[in-house]
Amino acid sequence: MLAQLWVAENIAFGIIALTMVVAAIRVVTTRNIVHAALYLVLVLAGVAAQYILLAAEFVAITQVLVYIGAIVVLFLFGIMLTRAPMGRMHDTDNEQRVVGATISVVLAGVMGYTLWKAFGHQQFADIQVQTTQQVANSIFSSYLIPFEVVSVVLLAALIGAIVLARRD
Amino acid sequence: MLLNQFLFLGAVLFCTGVYGVLARRNGVMVLMSVELILNAVNINLVAFGAYRHDLAGQVFALFVIAIAAAEVGVGLALVLMIYRNRQSIDVDDVDLMKG
Repeated sequence: MLAQLWVAENIAFGIIALTMVVAAIRVVTTRNIVHAALYLVLVLAGVAAQYILLAAEFVAITQVLVYIGAIVVLFLFGIMLTRAPMGRMHDTDNEQRVVGATISVVLAGVMGYTLWKAFGHQQFADIQVQTTQQVANSIFSSYLIPFEVVSVVLLAALIGAIVLARRD
Repeated sequence: MLLNQFLFLGAVLFCTGVYGVLARRNGVMVLMSVELILNAVNINLVAFGAYRHDLAGQVFALFVIAIAAAEVGVGLALVLMIYRNRQSIDVDDVDLMKG
């Protein structure tokens, strides 16, 4: 029973992870900026699905609401307000492409090796569903002060964005 | 499930984001790559939280999501200002302070 459950979850993980990696690579390589934003939606939805696999329901819902609902729309507004060409662009990448690709491949190799050495075969014993209620209790008891600080940071960012984007 | 499969996924997303930040010209596209990096970190936080049966991972992931929202708001306002002043959002052209 348990083994079957893990098989299903592993297959789901594989499919979602493959989709996410392909979409992420398209985000950084496509020449059409609107397509990049839409591939970003695919990556963010995949991240939300991984949170569901890890039984983190509240974070998954927040991911969909905040990222797909708000941040991607903000990106699309940014694309339109800066009058980016809607079709393919020719100079989306600079001459650091080869260097950047080398750096990221080396970084991936180093991180992969380190992770393999550090967490080689550690399995999830079981994944307990952590309900929204538990998360809320934790935020409003142990993490109350960081929570309030984050609210002030969001307010400051909001005011700052309005001040910066305002036409004088 | 292995803990490592989530960490590897996070690492691959992180490296993709790093490539985007380094190689993209368009300011909005650079911000999108930063989002990829932040999401990679969030996957790691939630995976460790689930592995250790600890709520702190999820709480930190929520904080990172809130900070990412603030970062995108201010970042896009900055990109808009650059566009308004220079009629272009090519980040390679913003080199006034280069010696």
